[in-house]
Amino acid sequence: MLSVREMHVTYGGTVRALRGADLEVADRQVATVLGSNGAGKTTLLRATSGTLRLHRGRIDSGSITFDGTDLAGKDPAQIVGMGIVQVPEGRRIFTRLTVEENLRAGGLGSRDRAAKATAERRVYDLFPVLADRRSSRAGLFSGGEQQMLAIGRGLMANPKLLLLDEPSLGLAPQMIGRIGEVIREIHRQGTAVLLVEQNATMALAVADTAFVLDIGKVSLNGPAAELAATDAVQRLYLGHGATEESEHGPVDTGASATNPPRTTRTLSRWSA
Amino acid sequence: MTQFLSLLLNGISLGVIYSLIALGFVVIFKSSEVVSFMHGSLLLVGAYSIVRLQDPLGFWGGALAGIAITGILGLLVDRLLLARMRGAPVISLAILTIGVDIVLITELTRLIGPDILNINHPWGGQVLHLGSVGITANRALAIVVAAVLIAAFFAAFKYSNWGVAMRAAAEDGEAAALMGIRLGRVSALAWVVGGVLAAVAGLFLVGSPTPGVTPAVAAVALRAFPAAILGGLDSTGGALVGGLLIGVAESLATGYQDQLAFLGRGFGSVVPYVVMIAVLLVRPSGLFGTRELTRV
Ligand SMILES: Nc1ncnc2c1ncn2[C@@H]1O[C@H](COP(=O)(O)OP(=O)(O)OP(=O)(O)O)[C@@H](O)[C@H]1O
Ligand SMILES: [Mg+2]
Repeated sequence: MLSVREMHVTYGGTVRALRGADLEVADRQVATVLGSNGAGKTTLLRATSGTLRLHRGRIDSGSITFDGTDLAGKDPAQIVGMGIVQVPEGRRIFTRLTVEENLRAGGLGSRDRAAKATAERRVYDLFPVLADRRSSRAGLFSGGEQQMLAIGRGLMANPKLLLLDEPSLGLAPQMIGRIGEVIREIHRQGTAVLLVEQNATMALAVADTAFVLDIGKVSLNGPAAELAATDAVQRLYLGHGATEESEHGPVDTGASATNPPRTTRTLSRWSA
Repeated sequence: MTQFLSLLLNGISLGVIYSLIALGFVVIFKSSEVVSFMHGSLLLVGAYSIVRLQDPLGFWGGALAGIAITGILGLLVDRLLLARMRGAPVISLAILTIGVDIVLITELTRLIGPDILNINHPWGGQVLHLGSVGITANRALAIVVAAVLIAAFFAAFKYSNWGVAMRAAAEDGEAAALMGIRLGRVSALAWVVGGVLAAVAGLFLVGSPTPGVTPAVAAVALRAFPAAILGGLDSTGGALVGGLLIGVAESLATGYQDQLAFLGRGFGSVVPYVVMIAVLLVRPSGLFGTRELTRV
């Protein structure tokens, strides 16, 4: 479905964010990309959604195709039209708009009214909290609710592939568990998901395949269950002896309750 | 009392004209972060086109064509100039509009020459009397038309796809782009709206009691700038209130200038700026604004 080959991306012509990343998401699959801060996870999603340009970034070489169609050079609206929607890191819901208006904005990429009505029902079924407060301003919602709204908004364009950028960011363990369930449900309804996470516990539990991104390159990949068992992932991402801290403040990895004190892992973040 | 009411009513009629201009201003700023310093010349282009086209097309045809031309001019400025400079500092974009303004004003000044051109409004220079309070038919009509346009604008802003797209893009452009909203289209449409509103404002601004189309009209139109700023440059409601406030203040200051003689003759025309400064001293981001003028 989505195929990334030898992807090289730089920002502003100098900062090398991806250095030959390879990745494959099969039809109707949940794939996850793990990696610490600055590994290039968000960059990979931006390359897919066509939004690199908004950050003065560009694809230097490599290919990115969706069902065989080249995505390079397409604008974000065309990519949404093809069925790929990215839910950005940090939720980025429209706080001054109501829940209903946020969802409406999510559907503006498509003209199909019937499809949008169906999508809206799907979102409200998935997130009854939103249905109850559809005319409230989104800015008043809690972090978890905002994340649900962000995902719901992303579903409004009926994506075939949903890109999620760290949906667990800043959420309490219980809410992270809920997000995991939601991803499973979305997948069960037939949407493929590419999940970028620092919370490896949740990600590996919901994903079929996993990729570990390390300074712009995939260093490990394979079935999620197998990867979860490898030493490297255990050590680096499941907290057995290592941890990461997000630049957005400490991230509750959800695994912290069972894995007390950990040392800080350093990956070369400023890779330029 | 009669004088006061009369000045108030005429102030409101001037204010709604400013509001129309300021609304376009705000919409453009919200959608493209461009502070359009060319709104005065845009308005003058509208008024001048109407004057020139009313002979071949008649008043109504000329008015429609002139309004359309101004909208298209806004579109062209956005597509041909600003779209190529996306990502440039907000200041550069603003200065670009100043450049365009100077070019347009210079050319229009040459075209208009020393004459005062008149739009032959079918309602002419008639004066309506409401009791003892008088207002020209032109200005009364301005209030009606502006009210309809402003209501339509706010309805579209709140309920239409365009309005949702505009508000989403204004709050978070990248997130909007990720939803498939075309930012270029949002800003292009904003410029069309800005141009159209400016031309409609121009149509009334050059009618009675103001003398016809002269280059000075562009400067008058620029008083909508303090209106937009004091309302809060990113607030549509603020543009409306700001326009009315400036219009009324200007009308009162001009009307009572004998009593205000200590402030100097012609105080009326600086009042908009004085009011703006006073408001900004108290509320730096304007009455309803939510962010500083220079965003990152
Ligand atoms: N807009 C940008 N301009 C310049 N450099 C950038 C930009 N965005 C990211 N980078 C750089 O590109 C590299 C990869 O960043 P990216 O945001 O993709 O990492 P990430 O894996 O998503 O990290 P995080 O977990 O913190 O979100 C980093 O070195 C980062 O500093
Ligand atoms: Mg990231």
